[in-house]
Amino acid sequence: MKFKPLEILTHIILILGVLLMVLPIWFSFATSTHDNVSIMTEGMKFFLGESFSQNYNEVLNEKGGWSEEVTATRMFVNSFIMALGIATLKVVISAMSAYALVYFRFKLAVPIFWLIFITLLVPLEVRIFPSYKIVSDLGLTNTYTGLILPLVASATATFFFRQFYKTIPDELLESAKLDGANSWRFFIDFLLPLSKTMLAAMFIFMFVYGYSQYLWPLIMTTDEKYWTVVMGMKIIFTENYEGVALPRTGERFAYIILSMLPPVLVVVILQRWFIKGLIQTEK
Amino acid sequence: MSFLELQNITKIYPNGTKAVNETSLNIENGEFVVFVGPSGCGKSTLLRMIAGLEDITNGEISLDGNVINNIDPSERDVAMVFQNYALYPHMSVFNNMAYGLKNRGISKEEINNKVNDVAKLLEIDQLLTRKPSMLSGGQRQRVAMGRAIVRNPKIFLFDEPLSNLDAKLRNQMRLEIKRLQRQMGVTSIFVTHDQTEAMTLGDRIVVINNGVVEQVGTPKEIYSKPNTKFVAEFIGSPQMNLFNCKIENGIAHIADIKINLNNSKNIEDASLGIRPDDILISDNGQHTCEANLVEYLGSDMIIYSKIGDQEFSCKLSSKINLNAGDTFKFDISSTLVHLFDNTNGSRV
Repeated sequence: MKFKPLEILTHIILILGVLLMVLPIWFSFATSTHDNVSIMTEGMKFFLGESFSQNYNEVLNEKGGWSEEVTATRMFVNSFIMALGIATLKVVISAMSAYALVYFRFKLAVPIFWLIFITLLVPLEVRIFPSYKIVSDLGLTNTYTGLILPLVASATATFFFRQFYKTIPDELLESAKLDGANSWRFFIDFLLPLSKTMLAAMFIFMFVYGYSQYLWPLIMTTDEKYWTVVMGMKIIFTENYEGVALPRTGERFAYIILSMLPPVLVVVILQRWFIKGLIQTEK
Repeated sequence: MSFLELQNITKIYPNGTKAVNETSLNIENGEFVVFVGPSGCGKSTLLRMIAGLEDITNGEISLDGNVINNIDPSERDVAMVFQNYALYPHMSVFNNMAYGLKNRGISKEEINNKVNDVAKLLEIDQLLTRKPSMLSGGQRQRVAMGRAIVRNPKIFLFDEPLSNLDAKLRNQMRLEIKRLQRQMGVTSIFVTHDQTEAMTLGDRIVVINNGVVEQVGTPKEIYSKPNTKFVAEFIGSPQMNLFNCKIENGIAHIADIKINLNNSKNIEDASLGIRPDDILISDNGQHTCEANLVEYLGSDMIIYSKIGDQEFSCKLSSKINLNAGDTFKFDISSTLVHLFDNTNGSRV
């Protein structure tokens, strides 16, 4: 087999790209399987060590925090609930509001759409104080509702759904009407199945968004029971750091590796839908 | 009382366009009616108003004795075949056909039977599990028809369903639609801009122009006795020759040619129409012209010529030997001409 110079060059670039993405993760994983002494003395590792089960076991089961009551497993569960809640509600709400904007011809549809769109300019970080005030006045601090609710509206997703619905030919709606589909049925039987790919993409995107929230859970939760993974990353396994004990670098790397798993799983599972949608052009 | 009655139907769009103007029409049970007209004449709008997809600005539509102006499309019991078929892309052929029945709460078993029967009738029973994207144009057309038939509606509405097919398939489907309609006896309205489709399919034809019904009649009536100049030009292929002329005492003057109409009419500004195949070409014809162009069509040929500066065409058997540049002699018989008053375009 002969390679043209250009092909070799592009492959080198691609391989470099892959290495750039994969190596840090591999280093983290390899390091997470070593005991703290060797990490302390020898630095980051490239090869696997022998402390895999010890480190991961400690991460999952050791109680930490100020009260020594919360485990990292608990944080994973919290983050998962938060991300799942945010992603599901974001997708459902955006799909429905886009449906209303496109198919129900009320007078203010266009201004309302732009109003929604403008919220892109005010992300949570900008409105964090009013948001906190409202949530705390409602008594929702230290609850899952409080973690999820302020983040469920999405201008981006609404915009994408709106653009997609606009490409669906009117005849489909008309034909469905003649077949006796009311507006609810049209949404369930037509728009949702037709936008399967889109739903999967939005869900992945929003799940990762919800999972990686830092600031909001940080100010929202005072009870360690509601801590999330990203917060924990800063806090967990740092106790005793100032003392005589070694920094627990191995456990922290194990924690990082574990924290990457839920979003990776979501991507891997939904990817099938994704590819299915791409192969079968349904229009 | 007729099966479907349209009374003074008017449609004005929000932007002020008047699509349909004061149209009244009666359609009997089992009839196959074709709406024909140039694009933008309001024929589709009229059909969509019957389907309930378009609001009626003024007037009244009644179906089977009930006024249906404000009845939801799904409850009007009409089925429509769309130009692009509007098949449900994410559903199998079976589900495409079953969807309307499911929404009516019909039992699964009955749906199965109905869909299978109709699929057999349309010869698409092999395709029931496929998605629309895996079907050819003709098959999609059949599925769209099947979806309409399976619901056993009071009226079929066809919105130019053949215009996306190639010529051969179009002829085939045209025959099939006609056959199915005869077989089932369901009242049907077919919208088209193609006069051949209109002539071949319809029991009656409604010629529409600019939102106004120009003429209603059987294909034969419309062809042999067009009421207006528009109908005369629109129906028939090749289209009717229309000569601007002055009629004095029953004699039409077209340039230097005089045609005796055997009447005593006087019209200052008239149009004399004659179909290309009604021009009699013979060696002892009264008038002589030069053939500017000859179009050979196999069994027939079309000759293009001029009287004065007015072009006309005649259609004749291609057995006659005539080439471009030759002169030929012809007669125009007074019994075959159509006369129209140019001031209002109506027949005299």
